[in-house]
Amino acid sequence: MLGAYFDFIRIRFLTMLAYRVNYYSGILIYTLNIGVNYFTWRAIYGDGESLGGFTGAQMTTYVAVSWMARAFYFNNLDREISTDIRDGSIAIQFIRPYNYVLVKMMQGLGEGLFRFMMLMIPGMVIAILLFPVQLPTEPSAWAGFLVMLFFSFLISSQINIITGLSAFFVENNEGMMRMKRVVVDLFSGLIVPITLFPDWLSSVLKVLPFQAITYLPGSVFTGRVQGVGIWNVLGIQVIWFLILLIPIVWLNHAARQRLFVQGG
Amino acid sequence: MYYLGLLIEYLKNYMKTRLTYRADFWVEVISDLLFQATNFIFILVIFMHTDSLGGWNQNEVVFVYGFFMVPFGVFSCFVNMWGFSERYIVKGEMDRILTRPAHNLFQIFLENVDPPSLFGSFIGLIVMAISGSNLGLPFEWWTLPMLILLTLSAVAIYTGIYTTLTSLSFYSDAPTGILPLMYNIQTYGRYPVTIYNRAIQVLLTWIIPFAFVGIYPAALFLHRDEMRTMALLTPLVGAVFLSIGLMAWSFGVKRYKGAGS
Repeated sequence: MLGAYFDFIRIRFLTMLAYRVNYYSGILIYTLNIGVNYFTWRAIYGDGESLGGFTGAQMTTYVAVSWMARAFYFNNLDREISTDIRDGSIAIQFIRPYNYVLVKMMQGLGEGLFRFMMLMIPGMVIAILLFPVQLPTEPSAWAGFLVMLFFSFLISSQINIITGLSAFFVENNEGMMRMKRVVVDLFSGLIVPITLFPDWLSSVLKVLPFQAITYLPGSVFTGRVQGVGIWNVLGIQVIWFLILLIPIVWLNHAARQRLFVQGG
Repeated sequence: MYYLGLLIEYLKNYMKTRLTYRADFWVEVISDLLFQATNFIFILVIFMHTDSLGGWNQNEVVFVYGFFMVPFGVFSCFVNMWGFSERYIVKGEMDRILTRPAHNLFQIFLENVDPPSLFGSFIGLIVMAISGSNLGLPFEWWTLPMLILLTLSAVAIYTGIYTTLTSLSFYSDAPTGILPLMYNIQTYGRYPVTIYNRAIQVLLTWIIPFAFVGIYPAALFLHRDEMRTMALLTPLVGAVFLSIGLMAWSFGVKRYKGAGS
């Protein structure tokens, strides 16, 4: 049974491989994103030494690592699910002998692995060559980062799945999907590290799951958080992973009662 | 005249479909505005930590953002190519389009009109008015005509870029993943391009000219004389990129063979 789920990872990976040309442009565009953010932050720093606890060098690394992490964890599961719901093919998927949500997660993982190899690694190499990025040298930091990156993927995909399944309740969730995308980019700390937000906003963001996607792993990797703090970060990620399972299970259950097919 | 009639018919149709999903209309308007609000937060956060961004103060950057919203709203309303390749090529709907008398690209624009986006333009005008009055900008006789001209030019630039990119889906079988990525990049045209290094400046000015939909035209109203030439070039850039887009499109359509069932 488990083998079937692994096949979903493999098949999605191979599908992505067939369309790999898209990802060459992706590498360029992600590098451009890092470049633009790098220069924007440099202009903001001006002559200043540090900003919200980040030195200029740490900010450069943070920007590069955050965008590259996004290259890995980003996927369109929300769009896939809401398309399945709208064209009615979800009815067939629900009666198949597998767990629909788990299958989506596996497909997301297949895509993630592909993005890791085809987009994140080459993009990282280019970013290191172009910008003064300082990566940690201890293997433990790298191992920790990879584990946290995996949790970033899990949490981001869970949010995508929740957004996608909401199409059961609002017939057209295009707006929600767009909103989710921007909210995740902004509040996860991809565009602005959370310490730079005004106090009231950053204290709100500390109790939301988004920071666990980009900001927390990025802080560890730039060396702002060390020692015991790393376990705290990991703990927060695990807790959010578990909490987000609740709405998914509930939505999945409620969806089966509510399912009405609009077409197809 | 024929095309105007079509536009009105499609808008009527749009209203009818929208009335079926009434709540959804407002969800979209609100999510659109929230999208703009999050970008706005970025600017506000930046200026909590610095007084100027490459020599531009907060009100000026906010004004540029307000201008940026106006053409973007118009563009999103009338030219929405999101998901073209899935809907028209993979599912074969392009065949249906091509058998009809009106121009194919025009029909695709019509089928995807999205009036709620115009709220964004409206908010943009308000943002411009507020930050403009904070800055004490004079309202000249040319302000309004220039605003219309530059807005139309910026819409032409957007349309040119996105039509070119979308027509790539006639050449490659893959659903192109470039469009969503572009949406990130276009926002960079709002910031003073002079802070970037030469390569990025050239890229944002001449290759994917998103600087011409934000900072350059807005500089004209802000009386930033160093960018006046660039601002006045906007209509020309618009014409060039729109032509490139239309050419790429018509070459692409000729190559189209039909797929799907």
